Amino acid sequence: MEPYAQHLEKHMRKVVIDPVTRVEGHGKVTIVQDDEGHIDRTRLLIVEFRGFERFVQGRPYWEAPVVVQRLCGICPVSHHLAAAKAMDVVVGVGPDGLSPTAEKMRRLMHYGQMLQSHALHFYHLCSPDLLFGFDSAVMKRNVLAVAAEYPDLAYQGIMLRKYGQEIIKSTAGKKIHGTGAIPGGINKNLSTAERDSHLKDIDRIIDWSKASVDLVKKVHGQNPDYFDGFASFESNHLSIVRKDGALDLYHGNLRAVDKDGEKIFDQVEPADYLEHIGEEIKSWSYMKFPFIRKLGKRKGWYRVGPLARLNCCDFIPSPLAQKEFEEFRAYTGGKPNNFSLHYHWARMIEMLHSAEMIKELLTDKDLQGTDLVRMGKKTHEGVGLIEAPRGTLFHHYKVDDRDQITMCNLIVSTTNNNEPMNSAVAKVADQHLEGKKITEDLLNYVEVAIRAYDPCLSCATHALGRMPLKLELRDTRGNLIHSLIRGASGS
Amino acid sequence: MAKPKIATTSLAGCFGCHMSVLDIDERILKLAELVDFDKSPINDIKRFTGQCEVGLIEGGCANAENVEVLRYFRDHCKILISLGECAIMGGLPAMRNGIPLKECLQEAFLNGPSVVDGMIPNDPDLPLILDKVYPCHEVVKIDYFLPGCPPNADLIWESLVALLSGKEADLPYELIKYD
Ligand code: SF4
Repeated sequence: MEPYAQHLEKHMRKVVIDPVTRVEGHGKVTIVQDDEGHIDRTRLLIVEFRGFERFVQGRPYWEAPVVVQRLCGICPVSHHLAAAKAMDVVVGVGPDGLSPTAEKMRRLMHYGQMLQSHALHFYHLCSPDLLFGFDSAVMKRNVLAVAAEYPDLAYQGIMLRKYGQEIIKSTAGKKIHGTGAIPGGINKNLSTAERDSHLKDIDRIIDWSKASVDLVKKVHGQNPDYFDGFASFESNHLSIVRKDGALDLYHGNLRAVDKDGEKIFDQVEPADYLEHIGEEIKSWSYMKFPFIRKLGKRKGWYRVGPLARLNCCDFIPSPLAQKEFEEFRAYTGGKPNNFSLHYHWARMIEMLHSAEMIKELLTDKDLQGTDLVRMGKKTHEGVGLIEAPRGTLFHHYKVDDRDQITMCNLIVSTTNNNEPMNSAVAKVADQHLEGKKITEDLLNYVEVAIRAYDPCLSCATHALGRMPLKLELRDTRGNLIHSLIRGASGS
Repeated sequence: MAKPKIATTSLAGCFGCHMSVLDIDERILKLAELVDFDKSPINDIKRFTGQCEVGLIEGGCANAENVEVLRYFRDHCKILISLGECAIMGGLPAMRNGIPLKECLQEAFLNGPSVVDGMIPNDPDLPLILDKVYPCHEVVKIDYFLPGCPPNADLIWESLVALLSGKEADLPYELIKYD
């Protein structure tokens, strides 16, 4: 029996997109359509399962920052730091107890990560859609085609990412899966030679980041109504913010706002996250569905990531990005921006902010300090939160007297966006597939919507799967009637 | 003469090996002069357009779909390379190999402290999870192995250039030292 066939009512067929490409990780979309072309339901699902929560049990706590980052090679720094922050609590130091050198080295690492990840997503993965159009030829939809037509832009993207990776190497020891952060601090400071080599290029990086914001605004300006309407819907938004309401990507407390900007909760300490956030499980995906408990499963889902962060915070503490932020806020009259494609705009503003913060940190003498690690009174439980490039990341561990991990709970950024991405897929299906014979070109529209969220299905896979896209049309008995499989088997 | 083609895929990996490929930075433009990219998650080619010279495999096999993809690559690539620890020996995901799969699923979907009304996902659309995570060479023949987690970008670059130009790879100690 074919998948779903027995559940499908008469005259229904199922379209599967497998794999979704130019996203990090692996995923799959199914669309059920009736004979008239009416869209009955859509799903974005994650088909892979890893089991991290279980197999880190019994491992020594200090291994977590090194091991758990292997969930995801795209933003390993985020997992590395979130785990380290949770373990800071376990070793009795806590977020406010780190030495200035340790905290600033970690921040530098994190802004480097933000810069490289945002550049990667925008230039390497999404720029073909934005520069060539959503329905451009398949062979053009990649960064090398962008390089052929806009060599300066592609070069800029590659060098922005490279700069971020070099910052990570200087702070974490390695570009991917480094070891810099350890419970209670950091294991190296920044040498003056490293500092000078980064300082030499930072002004150019800031200029390029500013140019990236301008590029998004230019693309948007070409067809604002289309850009605004594409896959858009209203939602709640969640992120961490600093105590004074500023955007802070490294540390703060949780804030959630609704679609009108009213606060649902504010300044929730990381350790109290469980009182406010729950996760629903659905039978058809390994990716969980988080929600705000107070609002319940149906109404409590929320968005995270660049768009949500700019909707939650009150200001950005760096001048150039703050200026862009004011323009961003003014566009929706100070209310939350609920347009899916504006994730790109918000993302580039954050990239600019990260570049500015890197410059500020590089000139800070504390980075050459030698007070690297502190220890306090051990505890048995720690929660570490961070704003990863893709949104709020939760790490929660319990550790026993023998220093072994006994419990690990992870809510990764992309998982928070599970329902929003499903809503975006449903919205695009409604806007662009309803009543039509689905073609391969139309499928890219679905992927464009998913891509806006910069899903990292690698992370989301810690308990789950991969992000392929396969398209099949089946009749009510589940027989294949038409196939546009772009998936693995290719048959 | 047409340029040789290269394809890449991520099985049960974290994408870090793909990121390390991108860490060759500007040289990616040079690589594009040497080869054409075929099926890969970084472009939109979802099916092979023809036979490829080189296939890079990241990640081991954790579910039935991984096995299917790996065989599909073996069929379409003259030279298959296991890229990184996960492909070579299962890597981090293989840490579950000593634990019954059911316990892993229970921990994630029933016991997690944020889980509300837990259940273990079970749907025909979800591929069958294998009992263990398998290294790629236990599933198909693999021609070369590039170790590291992830392999150093320079190692990837040197090896690919050597392979494509038929010259012997010049790999200094720093490049074959790995974690
Ligand atoms: S070898 Fe390392 S970097 Fe490569 S996929 Fe596995 S965990 Fe990720």
